[in-house]
Amino acid sequence: MTALTLTNVNKSFGTVEVLKDINIEVEDGEFVVFVGPSGCGKSTLLRVIAGLEDVTSGEVRIGGELMNLTPPSKRGIAMVFQSYALYPHLNVRKNMSLALKQEGQSKQVIEERVAKASKMLNLEPYLDRYPSELSGGQRQRVAIGRAIVREPKLFLFDEPLSNLDAALRMNTRLEIANLHQQLDASMIYVTHDQTEAMTLADKIVVLRDGRVEQVGSPMELYNNPANQFVAGFLGAPSMNFFPASLLGDSGDTTMGVRPEDLFLSDDGPIAANVTHVEHLGGDTNVIAMMQDHQITARLFGQHQVDAGQAVRFDYTPDRTYRFDSQGTRLS
Amino acid sequence: MNKARSNPLNTAAMHGALILYTLIALFPVFVIIINSFKTRRAIFREPLALPDAESFSLIGYQTVMKQGDFFLYFQNSLIVTVVSLAFVLLFGAMAAFALSEYKFKGNTLMGLYLALGIMIPIRIGTVAILEMMVATGLVNTLWALILVYTAQGLPLAVFILSEFMRQVSDDLKNAGRVDGLSEYTIFFRLVLPLVRPAMATVAVFNMIPIWNDLWFPLILAPAEETKTLTLGSQVFIGQFVTDWNAVLSALSMAILPVLVLYVIFSRQLIRGITSGAVK
Repeated sequence: MTALTLTNVNKSFGTVEVLKDINIEVEDGEFVVFVGPSGCGKSTLLRVIAGLEDVTSGEVRIGGELMNLTPPSKRGIAMVFQSYALYPHLNVRKNMSLALKQEGQSKQVIEERVAKASKMLNLEPYLDRYPSELSGGQRQRVAIGRAIVREPKLFLFDEPLSNLDAALRMNTRLEIANLHQQLDASMIYVTHDQTEAMTLADKIVVLRDGRVEQVGSPMELYNNPANQFVAGFLGAPSMNFFPASLLGDSGDTTMGVRPEDLFLSDDGPIAANVTHVEHLGGDTNVIAMMQDHQITARLFGQHQVDAGQAVRFDYTPDRTYRFDSQGTRLS
Repeated sequence: MNKARSNPLNTAAMHGALILYTLIALFPVFVIIINSFKTRRAIFREPLALPDAESFSLIGYQTVMKQGDFFLYFQNSLIVTVVSLAFVLLFGAMAAFALSEYKFKGNTLMGLYLALGIMIPIRIGTVAILEMMVATGLVNTLWALILVYTAQGLPLAVFILSEFMRQVSDDLKNAGRVDGLSEYTIFFRLVLPLVRPAMATVAVFNMIPIWNDLWFPLILAPAEETKTLTLGSQVFIGQFVTDWNAVLSALSMAILPVLVLYVIFSRQLIRGITSGAVK
């Protein structure tokens, strides 16, 4: 069964089209990540699914049922917001139980579910605290707990990690991945961070300017991007692009090589001047100028390369991509 | 900590300025209160002296108690002020919520229209208001005053509150919607507590002019049973003779309830600054 089906969804604010003809399916138990640069409409799409915005045209089906006009609380969804959005005047326990009370669940059920969720998220010591007395990470867990207790068919996450610092972000990312395994629920996760998308997703939906650019598993998108945008968006550091004519090819095509597919070679075809070197210990990122195109090479291990040095790179021919002038993938 | 704030010299200067201002502001109140406890002769001989055994007198308070029904005036003023304030805050907040939260055609125009009242003094419409009150039979009722004061307070209330409500996080309201709260619950339980400092500001701004107003009570409700405190005190001020003992005593008593209301609201003001729900 499908947890969510979007059919020809359009959304415009006045004359501005924010979502254009979106078709997406989310299977039961699947973890789907919407990723794209800011302003691409991914948050709006999530709000449309949640019912916080109405679609201009098209169909939103959750669990097979048409939900276009159903209010958010009746859609069987739960949402975790970027700013946590905890109720400031309620303590953690009441924050988590409010929605269940609104649904008219019995006290016993509410208590059971809150206990279960708070155990899962290690929130038991904080149940009687107020949001203002919690740290950022704890607040985030309460926000997730508030979603879990409702036992929804579909979880919606709106950039839940972007307010956390780097270390906490990684931990919470793992927690969310664990949670997905434990709960076996369908989840939709919106982010602009490609690392989060790659690490969490079963399926990634890449959006740009309100359109779906490509849908697929992380490795599918990484190895087989449909166009230059997807190729450049996924992977860090991002893919190098330069005119193929620089390497003696005829025609108006753009060539793409991932930084990790470049390696130093004394008689390589790419001649470049190093402008900057990042020593990360495990990797060395070499940023160099090839005529007036900046390229980045990610070399494994530690290499002694200095800024200003002239180097030559080589690459594996079957690990290159070619795009036409519109950005469409050729080979 | 801020360096300027921890410097003792700066702290002393700051407190000095504040204390000086407090003294200046409280001086008239102080003079009114000490003189209300003195004999008429002592008031004029040494206006700044504290009442002593010789000059102490309660004659002013006795006159006030005897003449007219002062407790009734008191009660009228209190009812009018509290009910008007409640209406201003309730309706003002509701209008502000609608303006800031919902997108509809003419939203901006509606906001401008509601704020227009700030620029036009309500007293310009006194004659029309009086005619209206006569036609509806509301003359000499407290409702006449309550309605006028509500109308008078609403524009500023809507203006200030809608500005504050725009700052309440959308995520919080949406979280409420996802959790199944009705728009009313979102308004009363989530948004109102967060704009409490603004509500207190609006309340204080509106309270003083209403309590002190002489114009509308004199025109719309001059009857004995609907007189407000300010209007009631006027009986002691004559064209040729003024009973200063009584005037000062009446004024001293009139200060009290405003003071109490102010203390309540200012505490709300401080308590309202509860952050931390939304980062």
